Amino acid sequence: MNYNERLSGNEAIAFAMKQIDPDVMAAFPITPSTEIPQYFAQYVADGEVNTEFVPVESEHSSMSACIGAEAAGARAVTATSSAGLALMYEMMYVAASSRLPITLACVNRALTGPININNDHSDSMGIRDAGWIQIYAENNQEAYDNFLQAMPIGEHPSVRLPVMICQDGFITSHALENIVLLDTDSVKAFVGEYQPENYLLKAENPLAIGPYDLGCHYMEHKVQQAEAMKAAKARILEVAAQFEAVTGRKYGLFEAYRMEDAEVALVLIGSSAGTAKVTVDQLRQQGVKAGLIKIRVFRPFPAEELAQALKNVKAVAIMDKAESFSANGGPLFSEVRGALYDLEPRPRTVGYVYGLGGRDITPDHFHGVFDRLRAIADGGELGPVYTHLGQRG
Amino acid sequence: MIRRAKDIDEHTPWQEMTLGGEIYEPATARYVNTGAWRTDTPVLDWTKCRHCLLCVPFCPDSSLPVEQGKLAGIDYQHCKGCGICAQVCPFGAITVKEGGEV
Repeated sequence: MNYNERLSGNEAIAFAMKQIDPDVMAAFPITPSTEIPQYFAQYVADGEVNTEFVPVESEHSSMSACIGAEAAGARAVTATSSAGLALMYEMMYVAASSRLPITLACVNRALTGPININNDHSDSMGIRDAGWIQIYAENNQEAYDNFLQAMPIGEHPSVRLPVMICQDGFITSHALENIVLLDTDSVKAFVGEYQPENYLLKAENPLAIGPYDLGCHYMEHKVQQAEAMKAAKARILEVAAQFEAVTGRKYGLFEAYRMEDAEVALVLIGSSAGTAKVTVDQLRQQGVKAGLIKIRVFRPFPAEELAQALKNVKAVAIMDKAESFSANGGPLFSEVRGALYDLEPRPRTVGYVYGLGGRDITPDHFHGVFDRLRAIADGGELGPVYTHLGQRG
Repeated sequence: MIRRAKDIDEHTPWQEMTLGGEIYEPATARYVNTGAWRTDTPVLDWTKCRHCLLCVPFCPDSSLPVEQGKLAGIDYQHCKGCGICAQVCPFGAITVKEGGEV
């Protein structure tokens, strides 16, 4: 049963965790994700959950504690942002390669330096190759819904990978929005119990995890991870279909907004999509065939599906809320552009890096991007493909 | 899928390996000849050994097996030839010779 509430994005994640009642939460506070363990610790103190809350001394330790708990057979969760995620870096690879389906609530924040607490995607983009599934949200509702879907995705035997549920720091994490929640019994029924085939505390079957691999075995284990990430795509869609059956809310690998006959389009991630949709609506009223694609699932990357969705578009702007300092554009730009390479005819693509460290993006910015795309679509010069948007000068 | 480590070797395809390299049975070091890395080799002189067993806890690779309270020899399948046993033996019962061959 759905019911209405008003929650911030952090409250929504903490509430989802409460409804799931995981076995272990290990966390260290860092802005803007601090409220998640803060709210959750209150649930623990009030006896509303049965979770073992582990207040650790660092994020390296919180991820390590989650790894130990998950390996032991427990369902483990954590939350972090920015430098906290960076401090987990080493253990993120251990979690993924040990095939431990931990769930991490990532509240996206810029990485230092200069030190900055506001939103961009440089933290999770920096760890995109660690082997975690990454699912992004535009608003509080999506953050909540994605979190409920994380465990049925990651824990499934065909996947067995850890999952990051990302949302934009402050923009959604601290903004109160109307939200539709699922009653706790339905959440528990949907998420189910964690039932690993083997785990450390299974007495009848001794188990060692995380062994040393010589060169003769390492690559095979990496291929297994790669195959699991490919298999995750189907599982994500399967879980989304089950979620829709319960809640009526539909999810895919990405959201295609007014793309049916679009000639110019944006590809972007997260809360900026709300602003961009306003822009698309304004352009549509003027008769411009504009659309946008909001990436929900960045890992696994939906390359074939994006190519299909963008094949009839003439010009695409791919917008990264993270710098990769490749001197050649951000990670989303590189991967989307790569996904379109085999199309004939091939859409023309430009990349923008925007919104770093919480820099606002407005409909005016998006109108400027669409103006350029329309000129390119009409046969104009492509111009530089790697530029920044929203900075002075 | 439970597949024993003893059934996995350098010819096993990825589809048949355990996920994450999980190992479902104890004492799998028996299947691995890490003694092949040895460049020097300790040699035990039984006439000098008093079975004080001081060498045993010093061995970093558990390569000095003990049976019924007595040193049972050197496990050359796992000994790396570091020579610590020779250094700590109070009776000069262990010497290190050049080369990995036993």
